[in-house]
Amino acid sequence: MSTAAVHARPEKHDTILYLDGVSVSFDGFKALNRLSLYIVAGELRAIIGPNGAGKTTMMDVVTGKTRPDAGEVFFNGGIDLTRLDEARIANLGIGRKFQKPTVFDNHTVLDNLELAIAGDRGVFASLFFRLSGEQRDRIDAVLHTISLTADSGRLAGSLSHGQKQWLEIGMLLIQDPVLLLIDEPAAGMTDAETEATAVLLKEIVKDHSVVVVEHDMAFVRSLGCPVTVLHEGHVLASGTLDAVQANQQVIEVYLGR
Amino acid sequence: MTSTRSRAPRPLAGGLLAGSGAAAATIGLLLAAAVLVPVLNLAVAADSPVHMPTWVVSLVGKYLTFALLALSVDLIWGFCGILSLGHGAFFALGGYAIGMHLMREIGGRGVYGNPLLPDFMVFLNWSELPWYWHGFDSFPFALLMVVLVPGLLAFVFGWFAFRSRVTGVYFSIISQALTFALMLAFFRNDMGFGGNNGLTDFKDVLGFDLQDDRTRAALFALTAVVLAAAYFCCRLIILSRLGKVLVAVRDAESRVRFLGYRVEYYKLFVFVFSAMLAGIAGALYVPQVGIINPSEFAPANSIEIVIWVAIGGRGTLHGAILGAILVNYLKTWFTGAIPELWLFALGGLFIAVTLLLPTGIVGLAEHLRRRRPPATGDETPHLARETAP
Repeated sequence: MSTAAVHARPEKHDTILYLDGVSVSFDGFKALNRLSLYIVAGELRAIIGPNGAGKTTMMDVVTGKTRPDAGEVFFNGGIDLTRLDEARIANLGIGRKFQKPTVFDNHTVLDNLELAIAGDRGVFASLFFRLSGEQRDRIDAVLHTISLTADSGRLAGSLSHGQKQWLEIGMLLIQDPVLLLIDEPAAGMTDAETEATAVLLKEIVKDHSVVVVEHDMAFVRSLGCPVTVLHEGHVLASGTLDAVQANQQVIEVYLGR
Repeated sequence: MTSTRSRAPRPLAGGLLAGSGAAAATIGLLLAAAVLVPVLNLAVAADSPVHMPTWVVSLVGKYLTFALLALSVDLIWGFCGILSLGHGAFFALGGYAIGMHLMREIGGRGVYGNPLLPDFMVFLNWSELPWYWHGFDSFPFALLMVVLVPGLLAFVFGWFAFRSRVTGVYFSIISQALTFALMLAFFRNDMGFGGNNGLTDFKDVLGFDLQDDRTRAALFALTAVVLAAAYFCCRLIILSRLGKVLVAVRDAESRVRFLGYRVEYYKLFVFVFSAMLAGIAGALYVPQVGIINPSEFAPANSIEIVIWVAIGGRGTLHGAILGAILVNYLKTWFTGAIPELWLFALGGLFIAVTLLLPTGIVGLAEHLRRRRPPATGDETPHLARETAP
């Protein structure tokens, strides 16, 4: 995708995620400052930026954890996310992976996936829930994708850091969302794990839209996707990694340091 | 996709690793007690060494009602992380509901011989039964109120607390305030629940004399069976996906929300169910001890329940039952032998368990059993080892 395509402001109904002029402040600190970001269906986008640039706050706004003070946030062309809570937004098809891997330590890998699998989230539906054969097959497929087949009976708390990251990505996959928000998937991983994660993400993007927040430049490069640089709560630059790395402003605030 | 499905053994959440063995033992013991205790009391001659006097039957029956109460607290605290310090309120409300029925059943046999009004109302010069006492002359209605009143209060309280995302220590504090407020209210004479003295002097239940050995033995058997059934239901909940969601909420609440679960509904369900169990426990307690008064709402009572659960082993269900029986047995012994030391003993026990046995007696037993084959490292995180209180 060219730089121009990233810069252009698409029509709302063409986007999967549409943030326009979004501002959030905490006690006077502007975490997001008229942030505008547009993701089209099937896109893989990397978001980079120094600490405090507003990357996590942006995800909080999209997933309903934080309400914006101003601006528009739309999903899938016309769904106003600012009016919905986390559970509703998750059920609409937005999955989120946290920076710190957050899996359910006291449940097995299998149970983690069972909790995440798409379906009725009601209390009584859960009380009488039984995994169908089809769902077991899906779980098996995801276990295979995230290389945890042999560990499916282990408690998630006993997995290595990298395995937890993958399990969480697996939980996202089995949720079958339309849009995945992934916060620093490569944090704390070994080089080999990082590489495998990049391959995994590129596999995922074949049938999902993905937004990845990442610090690791080598990892972003291996994704080979358009990059948006955030700084002080708004977009500083967008384009290919090479283009933004050559951008003088970007070098000043981020890469040059 | 793999065609050969190698399903690894699925360990249950933490302390339930002991799993079906402990569950079968718990239910088996309770049902055996339901049969054996009445036999030892009624069928064995009074001079026989294995005869069980009626006062012991009622005492153990009381322990079992406390065990049911502890079970209800363990369900929400051990598995969902909701630390209620006001569960005594639901217990007391269930007790008052059945107590009101027992008062109505006294009829004209009271001290003042008034066929319509309980003694304390005659004493207060009331001329008619308050509206909320109507219906309690019916036993089925009273039974309904035993679960409905605590359930409704828990629903309203939980609705506001969970929707506003009140968690952790804040929830504990307001639940404590709830039971304290109810205690003050029930102490007032004009509330119409007997004030300070509460409800007492019960004569019979469903026509059976409450002082009769057979009635007492039947109440004991009923308590044991109800406790076994409640334990079974709690296990069904815990082993379902709902139970897995509850444990997930306890360990990583916001993650559960981002998976699309409405955490507040899950908490509300389990909180209301737990309150109903507590109400049933109260209803079984009152006919066996013969009185219900506002001191049952005392905040200290609710804290004591949490101590029973912690000592027995939080998040195990059978640990709660064990803890309640054990601590109350100790209490009986202490308050008979050296009453002034009981509170120190209880406090010391709680501190010792918190510091030395964070998983309670059941956790210790499990640890010892798992240590026997020395090769297996302790790499599985125990249920009690969690991130947030």
